[in-house]
Amino acid sequence: MAQVIVVTSGKGGVGKTTSSAAFATGLAQSGKKTVVIDFDVGLRNLDLIMGVERRVVFDIVNVISGEARLNQALIRDKRVDTLSILPASQTRDKDALTKEGVAQIIDELSQDFDYIVCDSPAGIEKGALLALYFADQAIIVTNPEVSSVRDSDRILGVLQSKSRRAEEKKEPVKEHLLVTRYAPERVERGEMLKLEDVREILAIPLLGVIPESESVLKASNTGSPVILDDVSNAGQAYKDAVARFLGEDRPHRFIDPEKRGFLSRLFGGRAA
Amino acid sequence: MSWLDVFRGKSKPPPSAGAAKERLQIVLAHERISRTGDDFLPRLQKELIQVVARYVAIDPKAVNISLDRGGDMSTLAIEVELPAPEKPKPGADAPAGKAAAPEAPAGSKAEAGQKAS
Repeated sequence: MAQVIVVTSGKGGVGKTTSSAAFATGLAQSGKKTVVIDFDVGLRNLDLIMGVERRVVFDIVNVISGEARLNQALIRDKRVDTLSILPASQTRDKDALTKEGVAQIIDELSQDFDYIVCDSPAGIEKGALLALYFADQAIIVTNPEVSSVRDSDRILGVLQSKSRRAEEKKEPVKEHLLVTRYAPERVERGEMLKLEDVREILAIPLLGVIPESESVLKASNTGSPVILDDVSNAGQAYKDAVARFLGEDRPHRFIDPEKRGFLSRLFGGRAA
Repeated sequence: MSWLDVFRGKSKPPPSAGAAKERLQIVLAHERISRTGDDFLPRLQKELIQVVARYVAIDPKAVNISLDRGGDMSTLAIEVELPAPEKPKPGADAPAGKAAAPEAPAGSKAEAGQKAS
């Protein structure tokens, strides 16, 4: 039986798709058979971030409406062979997704995969509700910024009341906090919410902290999940987060400002 | 910050992260309460009107409820317009009576309620 993981946030633009792509790739790199599903019908982007946009033939809506078989819609990743992508539809409207249809897809995928990663759209409308409905675990992507923290709190409330586990009164969805776009230098200057503050306010276990990094844009430019960029801070932070998710004990990195050399401190240059 | 900043004439703005934390804690405390129970204000308004109407003939539309949510104290103000006395004096407009019921110790609004009675 596969574990269903939803990557969600409420707010848009905080890094859900970047995190879904990185996380799914990381799980697959660890040898887990992983599929990542884009739930953002009408505004699909996971295909671009994963670099498979030219290989999309069928999508999740085609499968639900019976126009294609699941195996025809799944795209096998060429870099990590245990990884597959199920793209969202770009043309249909959100009503094309149904609870029964998604249930059937997750059921079928459960037989072949270890992890099913659901990349949620922003908001708390149908697409987002369906993305989290079947979740066993949830990764809450949060920026250290007021609107993102508030929306994360809201989506935690939705998880606790509207997920299948909540409705069937089973053990609740396991929640993980993933703080993204963290800038330790700005935190030190008092311009950005501290990691500790975000943790205290949302009060869920911290899975990882992804530092603000130029490598994230570079990764999306080239369609290569940032976790494949071994030298970047963001890539390493995602690797740590995946390892922690799989039970490894790793210290949090990139949460303090980088030590700057004497000359850079003297002349106020930007830290590398 | 580098010593060169002295010449660049940068002045440090006050750090804003503390304000962010404080504002978040207040707004989320209230949102979490309203998430668990349904919004009680409409029911409270209805029941209060019923109680007042038991003693005074009032127009249910002439009732105002306002809520100000703060960190340490929230204020709930209920304003009921009481009808004019039985024998209207010629030329006198109906005086608007006010009754306030704040959670906090009664303020000046409570006095306004006595004028009308």
